[in-house]
Amino acid sequence: MAIVDLSFEVEPGRIKSIIGPNGAGKTTLFNLITGVHPVSGGQIVFQGKDITHQKPHYGAGIGISRTFQTIELFGNMNVLENIMVGCHSRFKSGLLASGLRLPRMKKEEAEIYENSMKLLGRVGLSSKAQLPASSLPLGEQKTLEILRALATEPQLLLLDEPAAGLNESETDGMSELIYSIRDQGITILLVEHDMRLIMKVSDEIVVVNYGQKIAEGPPDVVQSDSLVIEAYLGGEIDYA
Amino acid sequence: MDLQSQIVQYLVTGLTLGSIYAMVGLGFTIIYNATGIINLAQGEFVMFGGLIMVFLTATLRIPMFLAFFITLALVTVIGIIYERVFINPLKQTSLITLIIVTVAVSIFFRGIAMFIWGKNPYSLPPFSSGKPIMFAGAAILPQIFWVLGLSLLTVILMNLFFNRTITGKAMSACAGNRLAASLMGINVSKMILLSFALSATLGAIAGASITPIALMEYDRGPLLALKGFCAAVLGGLGLGTGAVVAGFIIGIIESFSAGFISSGFKDAIALIILILVLFIKPSGIFGSEEVGKVKQF
Repeated sequence: MAIVDLSFEVEPGRIKSIIGPNGAGKTTLFNLITGVHPVSGGQIVFQGKDITHQKPHYGAGIGISRTFQTIELFGNMNVLENIMVGCHSRFKSGLLASGLRLPRMKKEEAEIYENSMKLLGRVGLSSKAQLPASSLPLGEQKTLEILRALATEPQLLLLDEPAAGLNESETDGMSELIYSIRDQGITILLVEHDMRLIMKVSDEIVVVNYGQKIAEGPPDVVQSDSLVIEAYLGGEIDYA
Repeated sequence: MDLQSQIVQYLVTGLTLGSIYAMVGLGFTIIYNATGIINLAQGEFVMFGGLIMVFLTATLRIPMFLAFFITLALVTVIGIIYERVFINPLKQTSLITLIIVTVAVSIFFRGIAMFIWGKNPYSLPPFSSGKPIMFAGAAILPQIFWVLGLSLLTVILMNLFFNRTITGKAMSACAGNRLAASLMGINVSKMILLSFALSATLGAIAGASITPIALMEYDRGPLLALKGFCAAVLGGLGLGTGAVVAGFIIGIIESFSAGFISSGFKDAIALIILILVLFIKPSGIFGSEEVGKVKQF
């Protein structure tokens, strides 16, 4: 799906959501921002810096992290290791230092371990640290993906359908987690289909259809926009 | 020779062969994990390891110890150039095309080696002098301890690298999920380069240490690669420890079948094992069914 004409800004410390019908280009947008797909035109600016043509691994270093619509954990690692790999970009010791197990490296490794355990503790997953990541139930895998993204210490976090496949109480837990990340001062860009979650957590919403922006504004304004209502369902939006 | 000393002799030979297959198999595994590619030029790393070692010690008269490390460095550089010239520019290509590229590289490397060293096999003096050690009626060459010791050390170091260093973890992450790894800030292209460099180093260690026992010539690569590939598949493709254990199993079976059945059949044995494994348990003896399904072959 191509993005045709889409321009918006995200203010620091806010939660901005992107909504739109299936195939509207939401995940494509995330892939463009994070360099997974090459950008053919237009510009992506992060904190005043042009990041339009950067490689995927560049984002983690400057404070952009993301999760995936389809879970993309490291299936060959346990829960703790998944998060520790997330800390990779914050790691200063080179290959030689880590190979020789210099004191600096040991200290850094201990810090990474502690940070990772702290992240797990935040959502009550500490007891599952040593389990294979793929053995967790879906909701916990989604949470783990977010923790791994947080481990890169991002300033901007892109969440791609964090509530997809979750039941109601899990979705409530997810919105709590999203709030707590926002309260940490991390800016959030959210793609989601769960309207209840969107309307609850978003500060602002961008509506896209066929790769184009059709509306932008606070939840209550977007809700009453006729173009939006037409794009969705061809009628009224179901908030349940 | 009575039966007991025969068995000991075959076992020692089998362990020696096996340690080489184990290192080639481990080389396959490292590149496969980082890229999904089966590097069919893996055997050429071993060949270069042996022949460059010969060139440094016999032609340039560099002391054995120093020559060994120069050999490792040179073959590692060959691995790096290989990746940068033949693999890296082809990023958008399908996996099968890349594997065919490795076949081409293997032929190309053999051509270069034939051009430089000719078709004759070369020998190398053993790393340390000394008479064969008699043990339970079997004669064990001192070089065999070098081969076994070096491969054991390499396997341990590789294990530590993948489990205890953050770079090793980053490489495992590439194996687990390349997309997610890159978005965690891991430079995947650098990790792929590193995997070729490491594999080349492993091949060089195997080649340099086995040449005093088994000689080395320009076209030794394919057969070694085949045995190493058998080890990698038998061990459950992608599992380093599996490849090492399977390498030793193949070496020992080969040595015993050469001794008790016929030496003419020894190369066929590895192939028969490979075919049996692919028929009966395609995920390898150490691989799980679930992991096997994810494999692209």
